[in-house]
Amino acid sequence: MKRVVITGMGIYSCLGNGLDAVRDSLYNGVSGIVFDQVRKDMGFRSALTAKLEVPELKGVLSRNQRVYMPEQAKYAYVATAEALKNAGIDQDYLDSHEVGLMYGNDSSAEPVYKSIQTMLDKKDTTLVGSGAIFQSMNSTVTMSLSCIFRLKGMNLTVSGACASGSHAIGLGAMLIRNGLQEMVVCGGAQEVNPYAVGSFDGISAFSTRESDPTKASRPFDRDRDGLVPGGGAATVIIESYESAVKRGAPILAEILSYGFSSNGDHISVPNVDGPSRSLQMAIKLAGININEIGYINAHATSTPVGDRNEAKAIYNVFGDACPEVTSTKAMTGHEMWMAGASEVIYSMLMMKNGFIAPNINFENPDEDSAKLNIPAKRIEKKFDTFLSNSFGFGGTNSTLIVRNL
Amino acid sequence: MEKAELIEKINEVLIEEFEVEADVITPEADIKSTLELDSLSLVDMVALIESEFKVKIKGSEIAQLKTFGLLYDYIWDNIEK
Repeated sequence: MKRVVITGMGIYSCLGNGLDAVRDSLYNGVSGIVFDQVRKDMGFRSALTAKLEVPELKGVLSRNQRVYMPEQAKYAYVATAEALKNAGIDQDYLDSHEVGLMYGNDSSAEPVYKSIQTMLDKKDTTLVGSGAIFQSMNSTVTMSLSCIFRLKGMNLTVSGACASGSHAIGLGAMLIRNGLQEMVVCGGAQEVNPYAVGSFDGISAFSTRESDPTKASRPFDRDRDGLVPGGGAATVIIESYESAVKRGAPILAEILSYGFSSNGDHISVPNVDGPSRSLQMAIKLAGININEIGYINAHATSTPVGDRNEAKAIYNVFGDACPEVTSTKAMTGHEMWMAGASEVIYSMLMMKNGFIAPNINFENPDEDSAKLNIPAKRIEKKFDTFLSNSFGFGGTNSTLIVRNL
Repeated sequence: MEKAELIEKINEVLIEEFEVEADVITPEADIKSTLELDSLSLVDMVALIESEFKVKIKGSEIAQLKTFGLLYDYIWDNIEK
């Protein structure tokens, strides 16, 4: 079995465009959450959202490349361009190697809404335009990235609800570990528009703390009242250790293991058993002692039941030997299809820079979060191994363990 | 609307949508190669003409409209004046 290493990262999120800006936001505990009047006017229970601009790619990509890209594909392009540059990979390399692509995405609501609206209004499908079909599919991100970067290996979108980005990295790592690919571009992307999350708002999943947007996402806090939707895109370049050494690439970390499980239970209410098994599988496959894990990046989205059950699962597995646990969603909101990938990058930035970002808004624990070590303030701490959890609707769970190199 | 005015307007929307320089569009120039149209973006040109000028180009006719000059004539002949 081959070792799998991370050699590049790129990110476009509400915490900043690019690794340096995001690192600074994490370090300073900056929230990217705002109140959006558009959502309020549309009848949302909660008008809270992460805020980020859609990148302007005119002049960067041709019209015939951009026309197939919804916003999340644009985020993913920017993140991937940064990650490839970071990994020292140019187009000549991509043209002469079979580089794979495994990216998390689980919706593309805005193009679907707009094209159907055109059909209903105009009664003429030609007017929908050529981009709509490609923008509307879940695989829209991998479609565009594979064509723009001329990727020739595995080409697949992973739709695993809010664990999509994490599963994408885990599955990419499996391909490399088994010798089927030497390098895979992995990540996750999430659209940020009202159409994508209106139905989510409708099931009362979102925080309604609209009077204080930056305080609304408060994972593990006793007074949390729901999540805040976010988005953007995050890309990691993973490859075999041999490939990285041969290229003389900057080896940032090693993916030790990928654990996964399914709850086999309720469609939206998470349980304790499923996540516990995902954690245990990842720890077993990593072949490490739990004491070696210096930080846990929790899935915790700031929902009452989800955070409680994850806290129980983490405590079940780690007990009193548990390292610091935080949820970066306190700052970013829930980046959903992107979250599993972005949170690996957030954790990597912390590991590489010797700190643990604050779990902002964690003011009072509940019965279960009180058993964990959750810092509300930034901690200066060097650690060499972290664990990142991602869970999703339908009870899909993913856990990644990553070690510094 | 005079035909010259229509031609100016057609050029304007094509330049904006397909991001080409104004001087590459001439009556004799080949539409597909000038605008770098493939089978998909050709659909976008048809949709653009329809939404901007309310002129629907039939599928059987688009293949005949090889040059900008032929396109101008087609739109001029079919536009509501």
